[in-house]
Amino acid sequence: MNADFTAEELQFEIEVREFLQNDFPAEYREKVDAGIRLSKDELVHWQKILYKKGWAASNWPVEHGGTGWSATQKHIFATEMGLIGAPEPVPFGMKMVAPVLMAYGSDEQKQRFLPDILESNVWWCQGYSEPNSGSDLASLKTSAVRDGDEYVVNGSKTWNTYGQYADWIFCLVRTDTSVKKQEGISFMLIDMKTPGITLKPIVLLDGHAEVNEVFFDEVRVPANNLIGEENKGWTYAKVLLTHERTNISGVPRGKRRLAALKRLAGNTDDGFGGTMLENSAFKTKLAQVDIELQALEYSELRTLAALSVGKAPGPESSILKIVGTELAQEMDELFVDLAGYNCLPFVPEQFEDGFQGEAVGPGSSAAAALSYFNNRKLSIFGGSNEIQRNIISKAVLGL
Amino acid sequence: MDFSNTEEQQMLQESVQKFVYKSYDFDTRKQIIASEKGFSQENWDLFAELGWLTVPFKEDDGGFGGSAVDLAVMMEEFGKAMLVEPFIATAVLAGGVISEQGSAEQKAELLPKIMEGSLQLACAYAEQGSRFNLANIKTSAVVEGDTVILNGSKTAVLNGSNAEILLVAARESGAATDSEGISVFMVDASSAGVSIQSFANVDGKKSAEINLKDVSVPVAQRLGASGSALQALQDGVDRATLAVSAEAVGAMESLLHKTVEYSKTRKQFGTAIGTFQALQHRMADMFIECQLARSIVIMAAMKLDGGESALEKTKSVSAAKSRIGRAIQKVGQEAIQIHGGIGMTEELDVGHLFKSVTAAEIMFGNTDYHTQRFASL
Ligand SMILES: Cc1cc2nc3c(=O)[nH]c(=O)nc-3n(C[C@H](O)[C@H](O)[C@H](O)COP(=O)(O)OP(=O)(O)OC[C@H]3O[C@@H](n4cnc5c(N)ncnc54)[C@H](O)[C@@H]3O)c2cc1C
Ligand SMILES: Cc1cc2nc3c(=O)[nH]c(=O)nc-3n(C[C@H](O)[C@H](O)[C@H](O)COP(=O)(O)OP(=O)(O)OC[C@H]3O[C@@H](n4cnc5c(N)ncnc54)[C@H](O)[C@@H]3O)c2cc1C
Repeated sequence: MNADFTAEELQFEIEVREFLQNDFPAEYREKVDAGIRLSKDELVHWQKILYKKGWAASNWPVEHGGTGWSATQKHIFATEMGLIGAPEPVPFGMKMVAPVLMAYGSDEQKQRFLPDILESNVWWCQGYSEPNSGSDLASLKTSAVRDGDEYVVNGSKTWNTYGQYADWIFCLVRTDTSVKKQEGISFMLIDMKTPGITLKPIVLLDGHAEVNEVFFDEVRVPANNLIGEENKGWTYAKVLLTHERTNISGVPRGKRRLAALKRLAGNTDDGFGGTMLENSAFKTKLAQVDIELQALEYSELRTLAALSVGKAPGPESSILKIVGTELAQEMDELFVDLAGYNCLPFVPEQFEDGFQGEAVGPGSSAAAALSYFNNRKLSIFGGSNEIQRNIISKAVLGL
Repeated sequence: MDFSNTEEQQMLQESVQKFVYKSYDFDTRKQIIASEKGFSQENWDLFAELGWLTVPFKEDDGGFGGSAVDLAVMMEEFGKAMLVEPFIATAVLAGGVISEQGSAEQKAELLPKIMEGSLQLACAYAEQGSRFNLANIKTSAVVEGDTVILNGSKTAVLNGSNAEILLVAARESGAATDSEGISVFMVDASSAGVSIQSFANVDGKKSAEINLKDVSVPVAQRLGASGSALQALQDGVDRATLAVSAEAVGAMESLLHKTVEYSKTRKQFGTAIGTFQALQHRMADMFIECQLARSIVIMAAMKLDGGESALEKTKSVSAAKSRIGRAIQKVGQEAIQIHGGIGMTEELDVGHLFKSVTAAEIMFGNTDYHTQRFASL
């Protein structure tokens, strides 16, 4: 047993690190550190820098312009990105719809959509959830009825992350109501500019409209926007989901945040002449998070080792989702602890790009509560942590 | 032994409930928060008329009696509906400090105005770097003849932007964390050299950052004797801590209630999510947390009213704040989780309750602070 990288892998690690040091724009790094959201343009710009380097699509095969990296290389890349705070590619195009296109799309569809995803010319969003279909996704009702060369789509989707930026949406829609619910679902690509689509922003607890409701009223979608076969959408979506759960533990980002916590604690007065880094209760909590992060990292490496000898990602990846998200939430609690009164002001505008007013509170401390509120989403989306525990109970423990 | 409310307490409780039912639904609250002042003057006048503003004050001060249990009963109802009116800032905290520290004349001048609703106050004590230690005060007060010159910055001043008078804690002598040497001055908020940055906190309550630059105040505006204000400050903050804890108990009660109701109506997989045992146990735990939180707040309130030593009283307040802090985290987080995505939205009241209790956890010292204070007393 060993967890060492090979000489080539170590060389690769240095290459990635140097590239990120030089090419991840310093101003973005400052914003990320201060808890300020990067704008759409900035995210796209960063994505295009990666594209020029040939590293835009770490999870794609070479034939489509991807890196063709091994599982370990992908891990190294994700780690270095997380450590420096560089945003991951927006996942909806690159990690969600692209693998489905590659596996089940027609050649025409691949040529039409993949290059623009690779170059970040087109922004995608995910249209799965509906108001009455969350955890029970297969109960979704948005309907698509065939009419000549088109489908007519009616219904509504919700919680669409960054739908306001999106050019295209990939949807699960109901094409057959007469069969078992999983068997009447199709996978469809829809241009957001199509008449009949309206968007309603949903403001979350941190004051930011990160998600949207999307309404479809007699929306006509060309039949050749259907992926694969009609009524096979659920199968396609599920294949995607198991692949999506690798690299979800957030260990690199966690390490970066832990380092930030330690730095911040060392700069935060305890009120009695010392710093919070000397406060026994806080120190203990920091240590616990640190230890958990290490246990999580080695769990991820074990999963990775299995992947690199060709095993498919199994339900064990649910562990990474549960622990990774709950640990991230715990770190938010520590940031709130440290910030004390400084995170009470609710001035969300000051973390939006281009804010011109007078900021309240010292720097990133002021963002701690907003992040704490917002990151409650981590245990809700991507298959809630209850659903993940159900998966472990059933698929791993055989209950 | 009897833990039931007295007739008077019951009347107080019902009177708040009636007010909330008639005039404080969630949308009204939103409008109040969005208004210029961030609270409703009309409500404030009504609070005065109903006698609520007298509840925190002793009979000697012309108040209702100053019982902590009465106060807790009331605050719990306030918390259920997340009232944003500056009751704690003006009546409990500032009023409490004046009652403890003010001279007879100062009390006679200010307390009636508080109780009749015509005066807004704020207590400016915390500073960047002081964290939750009340004795850690760097703002300086230098006496020159019969005026005092104040210099320094105050943070997290509840009601700071609406107060006509700021009670500013400043140091006349001693080092930054000495318990001696701290005085409280009544500073007209419109004085030259006072700058106020106003904003709403995550719980919707107005707060401010205040800077004092060569602010000159008559020495007569000092509450009580020079350098002797820490104890009064401490007592005022302890009472405010109890009040905010009781408020949080009410808010948690609402969180529990709304979560249980939601779980009965939200259907997934063809059944109400409340039928999943995984969620039932978590709601049972939320219920347990709410009960323990209420018990310890009642304990602290009773001790404040009883014949215990000052040390015992202070210790029980820290015990309460520490325990409700743990309850807050659990009840708040679970309420959001069990609601799923809808719990994350600005539109639903559950998220606002979560934000309110989160602010309560920090206010007047967070869980770790009060746990360590309890251990050290
Ligand atoms: C910020 C955010 C961004 C999102 N982005 C997107 C997006 O871009 N695209 C998209 O399609 N969706 C998105 N989602 C939706 C997300 O996937 C759903 O919120 C999630 O599937 C949960 O569904 P729900 O919110 O309807 O909760 P519900 O399914 O109603 O669940 C409520 C509670 O019941 C629990 N529960 C449900 N079933 C069971 C069970 N069988 N056993 C035990 N407990 C159970 C849940 O775990 C949860 O705690 C996003 C959500 C959020 C909050
Ligand atoms: C030291 C000791 C002293 C005792 N003294 C007495 C005594 O004086 N008189 C007496 O009559 N009995 C006594 N008992 C027995 C005790 O009441 C039983 O052990 C208890 O009722 C559990 O039954 P069981 O051991 O058969 O476990 P089971 O009922 O088989 O339960 C096994 C596990 O499943 C869980 N479980 C069961 N049903 C559910 C459900 N519906 N939902 C979720 N979880 C569930 C249980 O909580 C437990 O964790 C004693 C037991 C012990 C260990």
